[in-house]
Amino acid sequence: MTPVLECNGLTKAFGRKKALSDVSLKIDHGQIVGLLGPNGSGKTTLIKLANALLTPSAGEIRIAGMTPGLSTKKIISYLPERNYLNDWMRVQDIIGLFSDFYEDFKPEKAYDMLKRLNISANDRLKTLSKGTKEKVQLVLVMSREAELYLLDEPIGGVDPAARDYILETIISNYNPEATVIISTHLISDIERVLDYVVFINEGRVVLSSSVEDIREQGKSVDGLFREVFRC
Amino acid sequence: MPWDLKPDRPIYTQLVEHIELMILSGVYPPGTKLPSVRDLAKEASVNPNTMQRALSKLEEDGLIITHRTSGRSITEDSGMIKKAKTRIAQEQVLEFLEKMQKLGFDQKEILSIITGMIEEVRR
Repeated sequence: MTPVLECNGLTKAFGRKKALSDVSLKIDHGQIVGLLGPNGSGKTTLIKLANALLTPSAGEIRIAGMTPGLSTKKIISYLPERNYLNDWMRVQDIIGLFSDFYEDFKPEKAYDMLKRLNISANDRLKTLSKGTKEKVQLVLVMSREAELYLLDEPIGGVDPAARDYILETIISNYNPEATVIISTHLISDIERVLDYVVFINEGRVVLSSSVEDIREQGKSVDGLFREVFRC
Repeated sequence: MPWDLKPDRPIYTQLVEHIELMILSGVYPPGTKLPSVRDLAKEASVNPNTMQRALSKLEEDGLIITHRTSGRSITEDSGMIKKAKTRIAQEQVLEFLEKMQKLGFDQKEILSIITGMIEEVRR
């Protein structure tokens, strides 16, 4: 089977600064993957390249065998690191927008999750707190039935209880064919749900391993991260 | 029974041990149906793939039976359960004996401590 995400010698430079250099990676279907690295390591650049928001300076990236573009947007559900929703809209308007936009969007799933999170679909976005807006965005992203979910810092701004619910949502929506890639530096919170981790630093992949292999060595992913990235 | 998972051991082994304990302590009596992989994964907040692997191991060990259409259930073979119980007891005792040896106790001393403790608990 073609890997859901594959990079070969992927490089992205902004002027003289290389945000990613020579990244080669292969991620298969049916996994929950942690993309872990300190701030400024290149996590978001990699995710943006996968979403065709950036184009590679050298090398290539392929999503299910395809170059990122229109056809890959159909199969990727992407949570950007910042809020992009219009403030004047109500939550239900956005759900309508997403239903029109994405064939694989399931509004009933979205309403169900909103209810669990005690968010009223009638509220305008500008009246919601930063954390609640983040929850709404995540609900939208997880209500699609995508092949690849790319979540850029999905748990950074929400409280621990919501964090638990979000992880639970990821687990219960999990489809054995789909892959979820989560970028974060809050490792201890999510390492229980990960199959596989990729450590990235200064634009390079420094380690990629299955989580159980790391634990076989008597280490937690969090512990290993602190070891690898000791300041 | 809370799923108390340690961060520095493989999750899969810990899940196997935990479910084993739930079976042997009667939380899941022989013959009962087990929740689905997804529900169990949610309960333990772990990856469904890891839970799947743990259940396959328990199936291999004969504690769990997979039915083609109706999910998984606990074995009704009491011999199997007894065997698993004995194995866990042996592991516990072995661990204890190793620790006692490190502390420098010999067999006779260990036995007398155990007998003493049992009597104290009984009182």
